[in-house]
Amino acid sequence: MAFAAVAFYFFAIVAVVSGALVVFARNPVHSVLWLILAFFAAAGLFVLLGAEFVAMLMLIVYVGAVAVLFLFVVMMLDVDFAALKAGMAQYLPVGLLIGLVLLVQLGFAFGAWEISDEALSLRAAVTPPPDQVENTAALGMLVYTRYVFLFQMAGLILLVAMIGAIVLTLRKRVHVKRQDVLGQMYRDPKTAVTLVDIKPGQGA
Amino acid sequence: MIGLGHYLTVAAILFVTGIFGIFINRKNVIIILMSVELMLLAVNINLVAFSAYLGDLVGQVFTLFVLTVAAAEAAIGLAILVCFFRNRGTIAVEDVNVMKG
Repeated sequence: MAFAAVAFYFFAIVAVVSGALVVFARNPVHSVLWLILAFFAAAGLFVLLGAEFVAMLMLIVYVGAVAVLFLFVVMMLDVDFAALKAGMAQYLPVGLLIGLVLLVQLGFAFGAWEISDEALSLRAAVTPPPDQVENTAALGMLVYTRYVFLFQMAGLILLVAMIGAIVLTLRKRVHVKRQDVLGQMYRDPKTAVTLVDIKPGQGA
Repeated sequence: MIGLGHYLTVAAILFVTGIFGIFINRKNVIIILMSVELMLLAVNINLVAFSAYLGDLVGQVFTLFVLTVAAAEAAIGLAILVCFFRNRGTIAVEDVNVMKG
């Protein structure tokens, strides 16, 4: 039990500190790297909670796709990030104030709140014991049966996002020479080569 | 003994950090998008923590869908950002006024 507590505090502190550094880092590339560390720490917390599949998904989807996408865009755009940082001190007090108010509100909400007795009977899908059905299998049995429609919808959302991203970033370049495949295939030897009889000494 | 409250505290701090990041990086769209990702991460921690302590697997299923939407949002947001940068040469939020009436 002590090991679980130590692991929890380790992952929690790493997550919170790297989350703060995402916000405060001067260089956006460092921000993205801290974001990746925060995702790793959150994945560790998920493993501690017994949600291995979500933890793996976190690493694969967030670190493998989203964070790399951020890194790619940050490095590709040639932006003067120092100029963007300029007004930071101006907004710091109001940001701190709103953050503090929100934290206090959340503290009030979590402090006065407790699980009702009926909560256990209201569960939609009771988790099977982990020694009989492991987390990934249990989640699969749920997602592919009762939530299959939502699962398909999630796939559709990703498809729409993919098409949207391609449409937004695709551009036609004007002065680029490209291979014209149809033109090549419809070439005819008869029209392609013309023989011209030039008399000696008169060729241009 | 680590209880549900510990996880909810971590998630609350991460969520507030995300909101704070939006406030202090008001000019840089990339950091704002990262802050939104941080907030969605906090929500995911909440969902999984409740799912684990209540013994209800649906919380993890919902985390799956939050993850999907977060990935789609990041892809579309960054695509809009790249498109905007090509047209204007900047990503400052206050310059995003091309469509104002």
